[in-house]
Amino acid sequence: MPSVPPARTRPRGARAAERVVGRNVLRREGREKLTGQAIYVADLAVDDAWWGTTVRAPHARARILAIERDPGYDWSRAVVVLAADLERRGYANVAHLIHDDQPFLAASVVEHAEEPVALVAAPSREEAERAAAHLRIRYEPLEPLLDFEGSRASFASYAIDKGDLARGFAAAATVLEGVYRFGAQEHAYIEPNGMIAWPSRDGVRRVQGSMQCPFYVVHALARLFREPEAAIRVVQTTTGGGFGGKEEYPNLIAGHAALLADACGRPVRLLYDRAEDMAATTRRHPGRVRHRSGLDSDGRLLALEIDVRLDAGAYATLSPVVLSRAVLHAAGPYRCANVRITGTAVKTNTPPNGAFRGFGVPQVAFALERHLDRLAAAAALDPVELRRRNLLADGETTATGQAVADAGASRQALAAALSRSRWRSTRRAHAAYNRRHPTRRRGLGLACYFHGSGFTGNGEIRLGSVAAVELAPGGRVRVLASSTEMGQGTRTVFAQIVAETLGLPYERIETVDPDTAEVPDSGPTVASRTVAVVGRIVADAARELDRALAARVGRPPGRRWTVATFERAARRHLAAGGERRFEARFANPAGQRFDDRAYRGDAYATYAWAATVVEVEVDLVSFEVEVRRVVSAQDVGRAIHPRLAAGQLEGGLAQALGWGLFEEVVMREGRMVNAQLTNYVLPTAIETPPIELAILERPFAHGPFGAKGIGELPMDGGAPAAVNAVAAALGVDLTEIPATPERIAAAWFARPPQERGA
Amino acid sequence: MKLRLIVDGRPVALEAPPMKRLLDLLRDDLGATGTKEGCGEGECGACAVLLDGELVNSCLVPVCQADGREIATVEGLAGSDGTLHPLQQAFWETGGAQCGICTPGMLMAAAALLARDPAPSESAIRTALAGNLCRCTGYVKIVEAVAVAARRMRRASPRRRAGARRGPVSRR
Repeated sequence: MPSVPPARTRPRGARAAERVVGRNVLRREGREKLTGQAIYVADLAVDDAWWGTTVRAPHARARILAIERDPGYDWSRAVVVLAADLERRGYANVAHLIHDDQPFLAASVVEHAEEPVALVAAPSREEAERAAAHLRIRYEPLEPLLDFEGSRASFASYAIDKGDLARGFAAAATVLEGVYRFGAQEHAYIEPNGMIAWPSRDGVRRVQGSMQCPFYVVHALARLFREPEAAIRVVQTTTGGGFGGKEEYPNLIAGHAALLADACGRPVRLLYDRAEDMAATTRRHPGRVRHRSGLDSDGRLLALEIDVRLDAGAYATLSPVVLSRAVLHAAGPYRCANVRITGTAVKTNTPPNGAFRGFGVPQVAFALERHLDRLAAAAALDPVELRRRNLLADGETTATGQAVADAGASRQALAAALSRSRWRSTRRAHAAYNRRHPTRRRGLGLACYFHGSGFTGNGEIRLGSVAAVELAPGGRVRVLASSTEMGQGTRTVFAQIVAETLGLPYERIETVDPDTAEVPDSGPTVASRTVAVVGRIVADAARELDRALAARVGRPPGRRWTVATFERAARRHLAAGGERRFEARFANPAGQRFDDRAYRGDAYATYAWAATVVEVEVDLVSFEVEVRRVVSAQDVGRAIHPRLAAGQLEGGLAQALGWGLFEEVVMREGRMVNAQLTNYVLPTAIETPPIELAILERPFAHGPFGAKGIGELPMDGGAPAAVNAVAAALGVDLTEIPATPERIAAAWFARPPQERGA
Repeated sequence: MKLRLIVDGRPVALEAPPMKRLLDLLRDDLGATGTKEGCGEGECGACAVLLDGELVNSCLVPVCQADGREIATVEGLAGSDGTLHPLQQAFWETGGAQCGICTPGMLMAAAALLARDPAPSESAIRTALAGNLCRCTGYVKIVEAVAVAARRMRRASPRRRAGARRGPVSRR
């Protein structure tokens, strides 16, 4: 019924021998999640735990004049932690990330509304909140900087240059400029953030909670308490969605919970409710992109000049790397000899914006894909034809001069999306419908995009991630990695990769939620790197194990084991005192080289490619948009688990439609005023249309079984495809998202009445 | 006030303030943490349970309204021998559960639908689930899972209404 089975194409005969990879095995932790037995942080029973709460600043910028305890309140059953307490105890009041500019608690000046100023814990949530209400904090409000366009305080800026821009423009037959604006987006994982921390015992502090990156928390807490990393133990609980929102902010929550546990000598629960999570934690960067581009008379791109400006918020957090990925993807999957891309991430007195699936790419893809539709119109070209003439072919180079062997996958994706959406005939049908219908208009929109897998540039080399496998009792194998499961299927896919590598059944491989006391640091669970990068390291570790056991029983390595031969070999190996645990480290298998200063070279080891078509119907009375259909062709390298892969693509596309059409973060005086699911509109099952996928598989030679990273790709192009569809339906120009009914109506009524045709 | 209710087939008697949220009673007093809190304002549906067979958001129900009534949560869906309910099985096979936090409420909303409409259309499924937010799946595989479960339940008991054989309220 609802979903058309995804079309899959891959080289015939390839890997016919694979038995576990490419199969839809049952999700590892499925039973627990389906029966209500999975333990999320709020479900964790902890004896004697107190409840923590965070007191936040109500001003966008202010000086803290005094923090006093109401003498009429009984403080004997509460603890309070202030910045001054950290100083007194010799702790480092800095949330370690890139620039180390964000404090755990504001000391003298508040840089954004909702900034943590004090922490309170008490035996119950109600008591903690009551005590917090009896803290009297006096502020002197200062003039805040709220307009990112006017901000001169930059956290980072980058430039990419290729060819000769002036020559490109001089030869252009069509030149078009445009400015594209985009709003913030809430992650809106359905499980709000939360952490539980224990006081230091036997020299170890334990923190447990909802997160993407256990070792980020280890690094941050070691820095805070000035302790060695071995003194910090972080355990992930089942995590109810992340999407980037649980990448860096959990460092802060974990630090707060640990400080409170330290102060009261008991475990402390710090669980955010929805309103606090929405108002205070990170969001997707809002901002704008300027485009100026030149096209020759054959519709070929001659010059692309792009300037990206992201609103970072009050602290740098991850903005420099978000910006870096944005500029590296700003010219899209297109061929152009003359390119100049500049970008800056600027400070405003708003809560810091942070990691969110796509990580800067959705913003630049929206701008470019919307711009290309406008450019096609300016040159009287069909938007499909413009893309067809300019998409990269195999071996052609990106803006950083990286020659990409499989870049032609972008053309395959376009062809697949067009044919499955019946682009031409649907457009003809729309024209007829639009002539006939008095108050409704249909349109089709297209976007082509790509996403680099793994950390940018030399990031993976610097990270040097490690993963391990170990022999478990009964001839089983356990995967040890810090990559977290947050719904995307890490535990399942890692088990498949190891099972396939060793030739063992899927059921013989164990995967666990990471505990940093046990697993090596395989880096954060971000950047579409879990399968493409860490999955490869996991496979390498499994190969180490295979080599050791094969040598032990005197057979050549790389052959499939049976359960019986494996068990025998494992027993012999352990009886002879052999290693139980086998590690592998990232070894730059693709030989990636990138010049950090010039921003030239291999920005990513591999890219995944996509083309998405969205069909909409717009009501000319209410200006509501009904998304009728999404057709998307996405190249994943190799679908280790086709259903999980499809789940990533569908979920990402739905989030992208939400960002493009429905989800609006409304800020007033630097505060989010619609921090509720009641008035921040998430797409439901009704607004989200059927999604038809074509999963393409152009293998990445250095990924596990050819896999690329696909977690973020689907988020990148759904918004421009949808907005292009709305623009096509109404014949209006739209340059800002979310394209709410108000914005669409404004664009419609900006047209002369004779062109509205209604 | 003194309360008597039946939770997943089990009689429960306890003392609680009348305006306590049913969600807190389940999670804190009974330790039944399978029912989740996502927003606390009735928007996300993660806390959905059945109250005498009717789908409600347990974060909006004061316990005084649950007195003397029967509550079904995700924890009572599977059989006492661990056999999954057809909905649970279908969600597992299709990929309808990713991070899993919306799943308990989603399953209860689906169970309520199948109890009144054993052969729902796609649009009926989408409408029935519109009170339950999922941020992971784009709903595609959830809708598919409900359709698959409905088909299997019809096949298993062709003459009876779906949900009657192993209804949402399983008595253990």
